[in-house]
Amino acid sequence: MIINGKKKIWSDYQKEIPDDHYFYVRSCIRQNFFPASEKLFLEIVRDRLNLDFYETEHHTTCGGIAYHSDTIPQETVMTIVARQFALMSEAGYKNYVASCITSFGLYTEILDTWYHYPELEAKIKENLWKTTRREFNKPEYLAHASDVVYKLRDKIASQAKYKLVNKDTGKPLKVVEHIGCHYSKMFPSKGVGGAEYPYVLTGMIESWGGEIVDYPERRHCCGFGFRQYMIRANRGYSLSNTYKKFESMEPFHPDMIITNCPGCPYFLDRWQYVIKEMEGKTYGKEGQGIPVFTYEEVAGLVLGYDPWYLGLQMHQIDVEPLLDKIGIKYSKTDKYLL
Amino acid sequence: MNKEVLIIGGGPAGLECASTLLMFGYKVFIVEKGSELGGHLRKWDRLFPESISASETLERLLIPSKKAIVFDETEVSSVKLKDGFFDIILSDNTELHVHSVVVATGFKLFPAEKKEEYGYGVYNRVITNADLEASFKNNSRDILQSKRVGFVHCVGSRDEKISNRHCSKVCCVTAVKQACEFKEANPDAEIYCFYMDLRMFGRGYEDLYLKAQNKYGIRFIRGRVSEVAENVDGELVIKAEDTLISRPLKVTLDLLVLMSGMSKNPDNDQLADMLGLDIAEDGFFVQHDPTINSIKSKIKGIFFAGTVTGPKTIPETLNEARSAALAVHKYLSE
Repeated sequence: MIINGKKKIWSDYQKEIPDDHYFYVRSCIRQNFFPASEKLFLEIVRDRLNLDFYETEHHTTCGGIAYHSDTIPQETVMTIVARQFALMSEAGYKNYVASCITSFGLYTEILDTWYHYPELEAKIKENLWKTTRREFNKPEYLAHASDVVYKLRDKIASQAKYKLVNKDTGKPLKVVEHIGCHYSKMFPSKGVGGAEYPYVLTGMIESWGGEIVDYPERRHCCGFGFRQYMIRANRGYSLSNTYKKFESMEPFHPDMIITNCPGCPYFLDRWQYVIKEMEGKTYGKEGQGIPVFTYEEVAGLVLGYDPWYLGLQMHQIDVEPLLDKIGIKYSKTDKYLL
Repeated sequence: MNKEVLIIGGGPAGLECASTLLMFGYKVFIVEKGSELGGHLRKWDRLFPESISASETLERLLIPSKKAIVFDETEVSSVKLKDGFFDIILSDNTELHVHSVVVATGFKLFPAEKKEEYGYGVYNRVITNADLEASFKNNSRDILQSKRVGFVHCVGSRDEKISNRHCSKVCCVTAVKQACEFKEANPDAEIYCFYMDLRMFGRGYEDLYLKAQNKYGIRFIRGRVSEVAENVDGELVIKAEDTLISRPLKVTLDLLVLMSGMSKNPDNDQLADMLGLDIAEDGFFVQHDPTINSIKSKIKGIFFAGTVTGPKTIPETLNEARSAALAVHKYLSE
């Protein structure tokens, strides 16, 4: 590995990320899978870092899951997105930050489509006005929430209570980073670090003391892949994707996985249980799995939040061995009491 | 005969054009941006299809062009056309007053790091065709002892994604040549060539392709490489598609050679502005009469030679250089 080669690519794919004043939109499935992650994100940016992040209860699904499952017309999904932009405009914001990778990818794709086909944008404006009597401005800046945490990573590090370091050996933890496909694979220039060697999560891990593992199947889909899972007959394909990734990362002995997508942590976490049941195989030490985290959860751990406040008891793979390795204090008896 | 000609570029085209013009008795100046004459040929070990020595070929080109006045590490700063003369100022402030100009600035090897998915500059065992030629030249054992080797054709050629739609013409046969030479250097090596289609247009090329299969057992896989990564042992894991059996495939290799194609010389735009010439969409110079008179530009007294107007083989380049010299002679004899 020639690290300077990667650094060169990372320097080619840096994007402007505003410091403050964002209109924040949640993810449909993250609110169910990892409800603490979004709450924690807002706590960190608002309470710890005193930044202005606004959200509204009027925000709805972006339609991304339906769009990527081929069950919604493109103009309908564009009108839904136009309504979200109208909410941002009405609230007086210009920077739009999405919690969901698929939403981020969808917004990016729609803005690019409107750039190339302005007549379509005009039609969507008309659709929105006819259906809701709303008007919208396009965001001046579109970010994914992981972009914002990437931007704030050093500030978070400066307030850190723990580092991603093995407390016994003093060595950095080996961390697998998994980027959601819709983050930069469609539009490499819109993601920190591009599509081939994304830096958004790597930057966080480096700042927080860990070491990134570069394994052959790191670009591969987590296994969600929308139609791979949502169509029941395809679920074996979903599982085989996840299996392929774990087989590939196994020789590197990773301590943990960090993700920035709603589906990825869920599938990488849950399918480990299924692989164990089907194949009797686990990928961590002593019969344990490899714990999988959202980037907000990792930020929360570094900042010293109680692991159960972060919702880590919702994970399939037990996180306690990793917490012990870092030296994070927690109460075993409180695990399911919060 | 005291008429003076400036040749911009001291690669094979510039050298051969200079030799022919010197033979006619003209005074010839060569402006070369690099520190040595010879262009890409200087970096190559052997040439297809007969694997003749590149350094001996270069020597044969250099000897007859020795009487040319060479400005190395120099570029053209400005050009003014006045009364049938070209007033030239070079980057070292030398002023020339020439009757004709031959543009022979050649090509740039496509920067393989732009195809990020192949990992050039990121993974240690990913090299380019130029790097492999250097390894042949230096007998680099570390490279030549690799057991499992892949060649990726069309890197930076026929690729809309990086805005190079054109075929680079020489990469197919170069890959086959290099694969055969690798096998000669290391008979135990297993070699795979990943190609879109093989454009074996020249005399002897098909024979070389057959020899690669029959004598050396090189495996040709029709399909593009999608991504490259390193495993825990530092070996390369290659994902590709075999379009003949309609299946994806994954192979572990010790070495991957990227066949970087010919791209436009990045100086073309600036030079075209100075000379009043046009650049085509592919970045190469526009010929005034590409079918009948491919060396002619739209400005009287300015001619082209070699790959400045698109990818060419060495024999094609040399023939065009001689043709350009004849055209200069005809122009100056009118």
